[in-house]
Amino acid sequence: MSDSFDQIFVRAKQWLLALLPDAPDWVIQVASSLLNIAAVLGTFMMLFALISVLERKILARIQNRYGPNRVGPFGLLQPLADGIKLLIKEDVVPLRADKIIHFIAPIMIAATAILALGVIPYGRNMTPFSIDGGILFFFAVGSATELGVFMAGWGSNNKFSMLGAMRAIAQMVSYELPLIITVLPVIMIVGSLSADAIVAAQEGYVVAGIVPRWFVFTPWGAAAFILFFVSGLVESNRTPFDVPEGESEIVAGHMTEYSGFKYATFFLAEYFGMFAISGLAVTLFLGGWHSPVGILQFIPSYIWFFAKLSILLFVFIWIRGTLPRMRVDHVMGFAWKFMLPMAFTCIIAAAVWHYQRHGLAGWFWSLAVVAIVYLGLSRLVDTKKKFAPRTYRFAE
Amino acid sequence: MSTAAFIVISVLTLAGALAAASLPKLIHAALCLVVAFVGIAAFFFLLGAEFVGLVQVFVYVGAVAVLIVFTILLTRRADETTGGFNWVGVVISGAVFAGLLWAILQTPSLSVAVPQIEALTVKRIGEALMTDYIWPLQCVGLLLTAALIGGLILVMEEKR
Repeated sequence: MSDSFDQIFVRAKQWLLALLPDAPDWVIQVASSLLNIAAVLGTFMMLFALISVLERKILARIQNRYGPNRVGPFGLLQPLADGIKLLIKEDVVPLRADKIIHFIAPIMIAATAILALGVIPYGRNMTPFSIDGGILFFFAVGSATELGVFMAGWGSNNKFSMLGAMRAIAQMVSYELPLIITVLPVIMIVGSLSADAIVAAQEGYVVAGIVPRWFVFTPWGAAAFILFFVSGLVESNRTPFDVPEGESEIVAGHMTEYSGFKYATFFLAEYFGMFAISGLAVTLFLGGWHSPVGILQFIPSYIWFFAKLSILLFVFIWIRGTLPRMRVDHVMGFAWKFMLPMAFTCIIAAAVWHYQRHGLAGWFWSLAVVAIVYLGLSRLVDTKKKFAPRTYRFAE
Repeated sequence: MSTAAFIVISVLTLAGALAAASLPKLIHAALCLVVAFVGIAAFFFLLGAEFVGLVQVFVYVGAVAVLIVFTILLTRRADETTGGFNWVGVVISGAVFAGLLWAILQTPSLSVAVPQIEALTVKRIGEALMTDYIWPLQCVGLLLTAALIGGLILVMEEKR
């Protein structure tokens, strides 16, 4: 019974494909791919609409106000109104812009974000694009995003756009290093680049069957997860690392000269990138679609995946509501002086854990490695700046 | 199926490469080069060499192309007038192409049947790199580290 619920989408796809029994092989292949694409796009468009209104609601809650509450029940139909508004807005292209590049840039950014969603396993047997080098594919298409940002900045022929694009590329290139290096320990332990194999390696429970065998519950995994999440924040240009679009300094960065639906496409790409990074974090460290408790395994796998994804998305929004924007040179210094050495430490800690045969001794040794490097590094990069106590003149 | 894919990909790759060589604006040429890179990656996918195709996208689109556009960004602005048609370049590239074509047609491998090899997985590549080819790998690592340090020294502020 639980199995049929778990596999309901897989069955539905098989049933749909059985509707064309006499078709040649390549028609089946194309139809199967199209079904996968439609499912991924449909699901994440819905999630995008939902998250865009939820983000405004949560931010409003954090800032002690109501947020959107006029359109539909609890303002839930707000994305519909926003979409119609953006669709019928005038599409302004600057006179001296490079028209073709200006037009292609949002498409390019959105396309790479959507492609990255393809390799994530959303449930048991539910990987839309299952290849041997899935994780590599994710980062390969992710690295093409920088080109899209550059095209947006250059094509607009505007100094704010150009400054924003340069900031964005600089921070994306810098944080790509810790992002990829924190993935390496997982790949080393699993011995495969395939997302399915990584999820399969996190099956089961240890310590009297209570703690799930997720990588986040090992010291190196926890450290790598935090580093990966912070790098993911930077890669998706979210607060506190949203210097490329810092509105108080450079209007909206590379999106300054975009309006109407092109702007909405950038917005969509940002959220899809956020989904992709969070989805990969769930796959790599949080056990993918596995259930956290043994007795709750009857709940379908995709529900677990999307529950974990939602929690990570909530943390994204929470951080946005809590932290102020970092200064641009601090962002870069943080990447090279702290993130990168810590990412390398994760590799060493994972190796220590692996050679102690994944046991308790290895767990503590690995913790020791991470802790020693963390404390040493904090000492080393400490600027010894003393801050004067803050005085409030008007907000008492 | 694969013949059709081959034709589509080769037309795209050739068009991208041709545009990269002939477009007057440098930035357009750089972006067309990216199309050619992606086309070559698609060829690797068609041949079943997934890993090589992914690395092609990763390195050439993600790193080399970004490096090229960054260089254009930091060096030139506005004055994008290039000289007339470069006949010497055409002659040289034609000669190189003819030479390569002649060399390819001379090799016997084209008439040999395709050998049966098992599918090339990432795991096998990793094992080969970590056992048989460990020294070349270490040398490449050393070279890249030296390049990184060199880059740092170039931009370091001089203390007086």
